[in-house]
Amino acid sequence: MYNPTQTENRLKILLYAILILYSIVTFIPFAWALSASFKPLDEIVRGGLNFIPQHFTWDNYQKIFTTSPLFGRWLLNSAFVAVCVMGLNLIFNSMAGYALARIKFPGNALLFSLVLAVLMIPGQVTLIPSFLILKKLGWLNTYQGLIVPTGINATFIFMMRQFFLSFPQELEEAAALDGLGRWETFWKIVMPLAKPALAAQAIFVFMSAWNSFLMPLMILSEPEMFTLPLGLNTFKGQYISYWNYIMAASMVFTLPALGVYAFFNRYFISGVTFTGTKG
Amino acid sequence: MLVKIKKSTKLQETLSGYLFVAPAVLILATFTFAPILYSIFLSFHKVRILGEIQYRFVEFKNFARIWSDERFWIALKNTAEYVLLVVPIQTALALVLAALLNAKIKGRKLFRVLLFLPTVTSSAVLVLIFIWIYNSNGLLNNFLAFLHLPTYNWLGDPNVALKSIAIMNIWSTAPFFMVIYLAALQDIPESLYEAARLDGASAIDQFFTITLPLLRPVTLFAVVVGIIGTFQLFDQSYIFSGGSGGPNNSTLTLVLLIYQYAFKNLEMGYASALALILALVILISTLIQRRFFQTEKL
Repeated sequence: MYNPTQTENRLKILLYAILILYSIVTFIPFAWALSASFKPLDEIVRGGLNFIPQHFTWDNYQKIFTTSPLFGRWLLNSAFVAVCVMGLNLIFNSMAGYALARIKFPGNALLFSLVLAVLMIPGQVTLIPSFLILKKLGWLNTYQGLIVPTGINATFIFMMRQFFLSFPQELEEAAALDGLGRWETFWKIVMPLAKPALAAQAIFVFMSAWNSFLMPLMILSEPEMFTLPLGLNTFKGQYISYWNYIMAASMVFTLPALGVYAFFNRYFISGVTFTGTKG
Repeated sequence: MLVKIKKSTKLQETLSGYLFVAPAVLILATFTFAPILYSIFLSFHKVRILGEIQYRFVEFKNFARIWSDERFWIALKNTAEYVLLVVPIQTALALVLAALLNAKIKGRKLFRVLLFLPTVTSSAVLVLIFIWIYNSNGLLNNFLAFLHLPTYNWLGDPNVALKSIAIMNIWSTAPFFMVIYLAALQDIPESLYEAARLDGASAIDQFFTITLPLLRPVTLFAVVVGIIGTFQLFDQSYIFSGGSGGPNNSTLTLVLLIYQYAFKNLEMGYASALALILALVILISTLIQRRFFQTEKL
């Protein structure tokens, strides 16, 4: 006999089964890497499918900082660059977005069309000329060479403009009555109220700077200046069969990003849908 | 109450406008607009960058050379193959996952967080983890052998290497599109489904007659963004192959080829011509996307 609740229950079980299976597929590479980072090399070489290390060890984590003296430096470089890029983006994109939304000045409309045009330009075109311009400026192998070119982002200028367009104007008018200029109004009234938009932007910009590979690969040639993705790549070249070290290094690189992600998860997902449908 | 704003003078307004956009304009001009013009200039020149940069005008020679460049055609074929393999599968997978997660079940927040992990992990790390898992004596082959399935030389076999990267790419980006689908699914009014249920439509019927048609714009978006993303494949094939595009050119992609010409052979002019051609292909996809979506009036 046909029983609707029974079919529904079966469907639900199937649904859970698929989702759990897929989550496992997603999670296993991370779990496997994490487990390897706590295994001694001989245990890894022996192979097998054990996810729990037989001889749990912290050695790999200690060794990556000592056998490769630059590892700590790469970590700091990455953190420094990502934080600077994030800071510049938050300030500059918001300033530009605010001006495009609120301030009347000759060239406003033209500038906005240019921002829209930039959204459509694929990065590869600017790659080689940017390298030559950085070379001319003497910015190869420097922090500013990594930071300044990515200090703004057209997508987020656009996003901030949209955000400020729908921003209640009364507060700014009140501030103007109190004698605040544009500059003070922006910093004291507007920016504090833009926190949700800034949070989503902060995570995205941080992640893309933290994970960026091609740009650093192009402009950095001195190992002291490497960011972690480049460092990891050379690390792989040097220690190709030392998977215990490579996995420990990968985990050190991944954990800060995962922390940021877990902390801002809510904003992150809403940010994806935002840039996804409107970017 | 209507507040009359103290009118700052027009000049002040203009000045503060320029002050606010100055950093963005400066960076855009130096690192986006100037490079575009510069790139076009470079593509018509032979460039020497050792010491002082020197240019020699070569007309269309760089573009003509693309035509007879065997490695360009290999890279184009690889890239196209990769796009055609990855985009349909990741889009379909994203749709299915989103539809499943949209059902009212417990723990869907947790699933969302879990599934999103690869999206936030650096490509460098993902590639390292996968090289290790793909290793001939690695987790994947061990697992396949355990199930008595055939094993592969995932990275060393030219027939398989690109597919190995594709599998990893699908695995890591499908959740990104899943989230976009989820947002769109939540915008579909529940009343449509209620009406369909009254007419006796099954869950499967509802999916094909209501959900799928209403998701058409999002699907087009996912496809075009997917195409643009996969056309730009670089990090994965670079790290997998140690920059060579091997084995036997099987993971050589267009961006990797551009990188090799520009930074290994130092042929900046020719590499710029290649980059312009790639950009043109991507730009056309973007324009098609704009036509399809008619983004909201600004």
